[in-house]
Amino acid sequence: MLGLRESLQNYNPDIEIVEWEKHEGMIDVPSRDLPDLLTFCLSMSPRPIWLTHVVNDERQLGNGFCLYLVLHFPGNDFSVTLVAKDIKEDFPSLTLIYPALNWSEREAQDLFGLNAVGHPDPRSLVLHPGWSKEFYPLRKDHKVGKEAKAFKVAPLEFPQAHGEGIFEVPVGPIHAGIIEPGHFRFYTIGEAVLHLEAQLFFTHKGIEKLLEGKSIEEGLRIIERVCGVCTVSHALAYSEAVEKLAAIEVPRQVLLWRTILAELERAYNHVGDIGNMCAGVGFALGNANGSQCKEKLQRLNSDFFGHRFLRGIVVPGGLRSIPSQKDSQAILDRLHELAYDFEEWIPLLLNHDGFRQRAVNTGVLNPVSAIDLGVTGPAARASGIANDWRELHAHLLYPELKVNSMIEHGGDAWSRLVVRVKEARESFRFLKNLLQEGTKGPVYEYENSKLFLEQKLRPWQPAWGCVESPRGTDVIWLMMDDENKIYRCRIRSASYANWPAVPLTVPGNIVPDFPLINKSFELCYSCCDR
Amino acid sequence: MLSLLLRKLKMGRLTEKDGNLLSSQKSSKLPSSFTKSLQIRHLDCGSCNGCDWELTAIGNSLYDHQHFGIDFVASPRHADLLMCTGPGSTQLLYAAHETYEAMPKPKWVVAVGDCAINGGVFKGAYASAEGIGNVLPVDIKIPGCPPSPDNIMKALLEVMGKS
Ligand code: SF4
Repeated sequence: MLGLRESLQNYNPDIEIVEWEKHEGMIDVPSRDLPDLLTFCLSMSPRPIWLTHVVNDERQLGNGFCLYLVLHFPGNDFSVTLVAKDIKEDFPSLTLIYPALNWSEREAQDLFGLNAVGHPDPRSLVLHPGWSKEFYPLRKDHKVGKEAKAFKVAPLEFPQAHGEGIFEVPVGPIHAGIIEPGHFRFYTIGEAVLHLEAQLFFTHKGIEKLLEGKSIEEGLRIIERVCGVCTVSHALAYSEAVEKLAAIEVPRQVLLWRTILAELERAYNHVGDIGNMCAGVGFALGNANGSQCKEKLQRLNSDFFGHRFLRGIVVPGGLRSIPSQKDSQAILDRLHELAYDFEEWIPLLLNHDGFRQRAVNTGVLNPVSAIDLGVTGPAARASGIANDWRELHAHLLYPELKVNSMIEHGGDAWSRLVVRVKEARESFRFLKNLLQEGTKGPVYEYENSKLFLEQKLRPWQPAWGCVESPRGTDVIWLMMDDENKIYRCRIRSASYANWPAVPLTVPGNIVPDFPLINKSFELCYSCCDR
Repeated sequence: MLSLLLRKLKMGRLTEKDGNLLSSQKSSKLPSSFTKSLQIRHLDCGSCNGCDWELTAIGNSLYDHQHFGIDFVASPRHADLLMCTGPGSTQLLYAAHETYEAMPKPKWVVAVGDCAINGGVFKGAYASAEGIGNVLPVDIKIPGCPPSPDNIMKALLEVMGKS
């Protein structure tokens, strides 16, 4: 059988292989050839998944606008970046070939003023109506100024539904409860939802522009705050990208503690999300147990790592600090208790008929849509797609832990719950193994990673990092300039990949099921809107 | 059912006493009619959701804000206090104003977290204000990134004159 490299080259002799290393390759293709090449890639088996899609303004480097599409081929654990350079104003849309790129391409139109020719739905996405015309903030020649003041609120546009007995139910952006803002418009007939439009990006702050010109360290502070709850994942993805640009590998001890941090983040989020799903149907017992367990895990975070959301520990090149051997033992003991407790309260939920009846067959995401939209994380695994990045890609200490994608086949809210339960269980198990090593490890010196922050990174070269967060893969794509400042940083969070799938799962359900469906995906708005 | 009962007996009461010490009664920032109960409306103005999660956390069984008479309400029309998180993202400002306008008087605005106080790490972003104070009149500030549930509870009890 031909290798990946040969098959791609045979398919299109015009492509130029810029780089081809152990796990990664980069290929230059003319943008007109992209649709064909992508179609060919997607026909391979196992089918590649998209990691990120980045537009970059490289006019000052003489490259015009550039488009980077990172695909991961799971069979070979190999990622290929397809680069199309010299885009002037138009590039052919890939959305009809791979719907996962829908939002990204609309974003290119909004933020760069480029045209995705042939896009089936070219409405603006990120920027709501009301910004001044020709406002393309991610172009390099755009200097941030007074735009926010010039913003005039204008009505949002929604498709109209016609017919007897059809109602529109607008909800949000401000919701009843402690939730992030978004606007949902239900088109209902009787009780059933016919169609749902979700208008997000109310929390859009312009973070990607803000990151431009920042140092590695300043960038890290912001990246850690892109999303309140996937701090470790974002910081790790960022660190991976930075470390690639510095061409260094971190020592095993750092990998160990990074894996521990990632699993701690997964554990507290998963138990919290399980509780939250119960809140979505007013099942107080489940919610109380979930939130209580989450609180205890967050207190553990705070006691041993200094932050309830584990911020400020991961740094490119290393870690800020590592718990002592004694502390590792203490963490182990506390986790042991919590894992035991988890096994006690989880059956209360899983055996609860009323809750089951609400969740089974509610909000079904069919596997075909999940694949087309590039859905990631528990949402995809609940639809039978084994795509756990920890299993697909050899990084951190995951290869040693032998991760198995926890899959379910229902695609409904219940399956998403069960996937989380299984994964939380796994996390407790992994943590036990990892911490046992932690209790033996040598003392760690932070000084090296501190020095690393001043290290000069390769300029004008793209690098990316990807980490499986509790919600799915978070990808950070990075390019530095020759002053060691961030030139472009693209943040593609799991929520960004998954949001487009949510409205698909609602039709056919009733409006009161929406909170449950929404919570079963448990997506953040902040890291989606940026 | 039996397992539930056993579990309850084993766990006992979870709510922690810390916030419960009503000994040193300070004068409240609010009129006396609000010292018994406080209705809060939460408003996310572009936060990273870290602050939001800590607000949610004060509802868990360990802090249990409800037994201090503090509650989060679904409508601004029922609220005494507007608790804002996030620096004030431009595309949400209109809704933020509307929410504030919908509250009955007297009303107070609390800025929760560094972002809401001065923009935090998002200072300088094109679609974000530098703190919610630039948009709504802030009365009370709870610093932190995010402030811990403990600190949020303390601040709330203080404004109620219960700390
Ligand atoms: S103050 Fe910190 S935790 Fe709160 S919204 Fe801002 S960045 Fe997030």
